[in-house]
Amino acid sequence: MSLRIYAIAYLIFLYAPIILLPIFAFNDATIIAFPLSGFTTDWFKALLTTKALHTAVQNSLYIAAVTALLSTTLGVCAARAGAMYAFPFKRSILGLVMLPLVLPEIIVAVSLLVVIVQIFDFGLSNWTVIAAHVLISTPFCIAILNGAFQNLDPAMEEAAMDLGESRWSAFRLVTLPLVMPGIISSMLIAFTISLDEFIIAFFLTGANPTMPVYIWGLLRFPSSLPVVMALGTILVALSIVLLTLAEILRRRGMARAGLRDKGGFL
Amino acid sequence: MVSPPLIYALLLLAFPLGAIVLFSFWTQDFMDLNTTFTLDNYREIFEKPIYLSLLQRSLFVSTVVTAVTVTLAFPVAYFVSFHVPAHRKSLWLFLITIPFWTSYLIRVFLWKVILGYNGVVNTGLLNIGLIDEPLTFILYNVNAVIITLAHAFAPFAILPIFVALEKIDRSLLEASQDLGESKYSTFFRVTLPLSMPGLVAAVLIVFIPTIGDYVTPELMGGAGGKLIANMIQTQFLALNNAPLGAALAIVAMLCVTAISLIFVFLNRRYLRGRS
Repeated sequence: MSLRIYAIAYLIFLYAPIILLPIFAFNDATIIAFPLSGFTTDWFKALLTTKALHTAVQNSLYIAAVTALLSTTLGVCAARAGAMYAFPFKRSILGLVMLPLVLPEIIVAVSLLVVIVQIFDFGLSNWTVIAAHVLISTPFCIAILNGAFQNLDPAMEEAAMDLGESRWSAFRLVTLPLVMPGIISSMLIAFTISLDEFIIAFFLTGANPTMPVYIWGLLRFPSSLPVVMALGTILVALSIVLLTLAEILRRRGMARAGLRDKGGFL
Repeated sequence: MVSPPLIYALLLLAFPLGAIVLFSFWTQDFMDLNTTFTLDNYREIFEKPIYLSLLQRSLFVSTVVTAVTVTLAFPVAYFVSFHVPAHRKSLWLFLITIPFWTSYLIRVFLWKVILGYNGVVNTGLLNIGLIDEPLTFILYNVNAVIITLAHAFAPFAILPIFVALEKIDRSLLEASQDLGESKYSTFFRVTLPLSMPGLVAAVLIVFIPTIGDYVTPELMGGAGGKLIANMIQTQFLALNNAPLGAALAIVAMLCVTAISLIFVFLNRRYLRGRS
């Protein structure tokens, strides 16, 4: 019983900052502190008229969408190979691909910065951010897709090929529909990671900042903080919707693959 | 089939990591790179007290954050694994992971609102009369950095512990109690040692990445709470001294790796000593 109380208290601790967000987003004061003064929707209206924010959001959405697509494609390759084939150095290869999961993000950021700017002398752009985001989201995609691929019977694809389908069409017609929920779930997670990522984007963003980089700039100006709260409220709501979708699809994928759900995608 | 992700990881991970190692042996001459091999950067790091004290503070913060996070997380993972009915487990895990995926920057900033002079904690405590004036030791110092990081990495600690606890064969616990062990000694002699792989994973997955966070110390740490990641960031982006920044990053990484290896080694000895 006491353990349950502790667990609930812990959940409250986890949610404390998020719960405060809408409170201050609707609070009629420019200072983010208690006591509250009154209700307003002005901060949300201000979001609609901020041009710089709109470009940043567009940038971030573009980066997140491309990242989701690329990292899920790479994730499918790795999860499929990991689940279905044996090949030399399998553990070390998959280990290298999963490494960004434990690597401090600043290391990823500075090493890519050095290579891109100093060695190849490329300019920074949305693509440099995408390159890094694909690198850090792929391990998460693989973790999710492993669940979808692991219990897949390789015999099913073989049967399709015996019946005259080519390798690719056997994959497309047999395997792909079975792992589709996992794929969409992986894309949603990669999208969420990329949309939210700041530490790396700050180093690699080009002339057009991503949304978190733009928010970072705003945090220095006390007068813009209520607007940040409003923006944050929208972002949190959006992430919760995306994550709930991802979770529902992940479970459906597990069920389709005939696995018992053990919960959580990590 | 594995080649696309492998090629990607080699090009954008292995090669860049190799590049910063190389860079750390070069020097910056105003706008140009001097590519003669030298240990000057490392010499500077070990001779100037500022770098070593930042590194020391960073390692201290990471260690405390790891200890706090894993200790607070263990009972939650235990609760979800042992006391929540099977069909509700995914819901609990989902609830635990949601805050982790939502806007990191804004979450860190909100801790400032919670811990600040007119913050939630202070106004709350003032209102119920527990304190007479706002507490100041909880913002713009190392304490604030630790609290915020412990919050940010919580799910990272819970999930591996949960997975390890789920794998424990429940009949072992019954056997232990049948053989006369109390509930507590069953926990310490059966459950805890068997959950060790998850605990170790949790420690590593919290300890290693915390060294690379510069957002939390920047927003929460004030003047005395800056960490090594802030210095790395400054070297790269403000001072335009990439080689020194690279050397700092490598030294920090080596320290973290060394401590992790020692921890894993001690843990193995502990487990072997038991059996």
